[in-house]
Amino acid sequence: MRLFTHNMLSSNIKGVANGFPLRIEAEQVLEKQVDFNPDFLRNLFPKLEWKALVDGARALGYAELPEAADSSMLESEEFLRKVHHALLELHLEEGALTCPETGRKFPVNKGIPNMLLHEDEETSLQLPGSLGSHMLVRITGKQ
Amino acid sequence: MWYLCVFFHRLLDYRRAEVESLAEMLGVYSSLEWRLPENQHPDSPFHLVNLPSEDVARNIANRSILVKGIYELWGEGSSLEQLEESIKSYPEDRKLPYLACETTFKVTVDSFGKAISFQEQNDRIKSLAYIPFKGRVNLKNPDINFWLMETDDYGAHNGLPPVVQRRNLFWSTEVAFLMANQAQVMPGKLVYDPFVGTGSILVAAAHFGAMTMGADIDIRAVRDGRGPDCNVWSNFKQYGLPLPVALLRADNNLPPWRPGLKEIFDAIICDPPYGVRAGGRKSGGRKLLKGIVAPYIVPDDKRTGHIPSTAPYSLAECVHDLLDLAARMLVMGGRLVYFYPVLRENDVVENHFPEHPCFKLIASSEQILSSRYSRVLLTMVKTGSYTEKVAEAATIKHQEFKENYVKRLEDGNLHSSVFSPVHPQLGEETDSKSCKELKPKYRGKYV
Repeated sequence: MRLFTHNMLSSNIKGVANGFPLRIEAEQVLEKQVDFNPDFLRNLFPKLEWKALVDGARALGYAELPEAADSSMLESEEFLRKVHHALLELHLEEGALTCPETGRKFPVNKGIPNMLLHEDEETSLQLPGSLGSHMLVRITGKQ
Repeated sequence: MWYLCVFFHRLLDYRRAEVESLAEMLGVYSSLEWRLPENQHPDSPFHLVNLPSEDVARNIANRSILVKGIYELWGEGSSLEQLEESIKSYPEDRKLPYLACETTFKVTVDSFGKAISFQEQNDRIKSLAYIPFKGRVNLKNPDINFWLMETDDYGAHNGLPPVVQRRNLFWSTEVAFLMANQAQVMPGKLVYDPFVGTGSILVAAAHFGAMTMGADIDIRAVRDGRGPDCNVWSNFKQYGLPLPVALLRADNNLPPWRPGLKEIFDAIICDPPYGVRAGGRKSGGRKLLKGIVAPYIVPDDKRTGHIPSTAPYSLAECVHDLLDLAARMLVMGGRLVYFYPVLRENDVVENHFPEHPCFKLIASSEQILSSRYSRVLLTMVKTGSYTEKVAEAATIKHQEFKENYVKRLEDGNLHSSVFSPVHPQLGEETDSKSCKELKPKYRGKYV
């Protein structure tokens, strides 16, 4: 699992209000070289949660990313190379992702995170994520 | 300019849609004009298409799966005499540059629906002597290629030889490449397959330079495959393609995306598990298995390594989840390309495809798989943003599916419709109750 993926995932266990970012527990980290594509990174940058990336990189043993970043830094190739390395070249091969609220571990085996929930963790209602607002809904049917 | 577009004679319904997708990808913004040459049936492999330039024609032909070639048409006729007349009347200024003395050329005789002997081929070529070729013949590596194409007399079969029946054409790599073309996959794009399986769709997308990402509820095929050198990762390695950016085990019914994440994929391409061949699965199930509504509580000592149970995933719910995912996660103008099953009754196919306020249907191409059902490749483009209202409606619908779980399962059970024994016609009885009684007993393994 690369940090690119980590940046997209959250714990969607029932009742968890803030399942992002998942804490990384690294057992085995690999580095694999990937072709550098600055345009891809520039497009992706506004969609990244920067702090989660910085913390994630640190958990994988890479501490070169600045604490804060803004779009003006995308002009610098040095910066883009660092983002590229953190986002795409570091792999969590074995380990786990931990829900920040419940401590539930999502195992990562052979580079693939297992995000499936147990039967009693499923949310019966998923709040639409992209809104930034919260909606409280009373379930009138059976639960 | 009008070009002759010659297709391979298969997947007839997919052919024009693919060319249209590729033309748009290459920057041809107005919709393409097509027409059929005289005496040709729509199923014919010969079509005339109006393209802005030879470069566009060349690029489409190079990228396309179903185009055999795109040609500048110098003349046509139903006899060699008519052909001669037609070639002679084609403008000289279009012809002369390709007949000049410093060029090399070759004439190939091709036929469709009939065979032409070597001797006849030579005669045909000699009959073209009225064309003032000045260049030298070079059979190996000519600058200019001419083709003389002959088709059979059009009578039976709409004048066409039957499409070669290839059994078990349920999945072929060709189709994966076609889907990638419908999705306009290009270098630097991010492509997602929520039902990745062994990754054939992503291999095609990676071949065209995209970054790829896949998920599946059953990750065994992905992670383990048939050993260390026979799984998705090795699939990519053997083709020398960059590995997927991410593979994860996740349920499309309960996707693990963080709040706020949206508009990240350029295309979503998939062959959802509709329960005809491979049954779809989603999280849940055990509670229904025992007839208990309350969720199964996993004992604390069994939490590590617990394998959550799964339940069948109905067609309607699967499509709903897919459209919701695509509406949220695709960039504007991004494409959703997926297969949708259609039951064929008395050879009539209902052309009612899923709709969504954020999407416009661009193309639908049918492939008949059996006398009972077809699959249709749908290409949708995202034209509206994922608003609060759309999200809310999706959430309510999601909940409805949960509550009417068993009922929905009945609605979406394609497997029994396709594989059940034929039962007597219902006649005029359309009462839903009597239909239900006649519903076939045979069920798939998981239903």
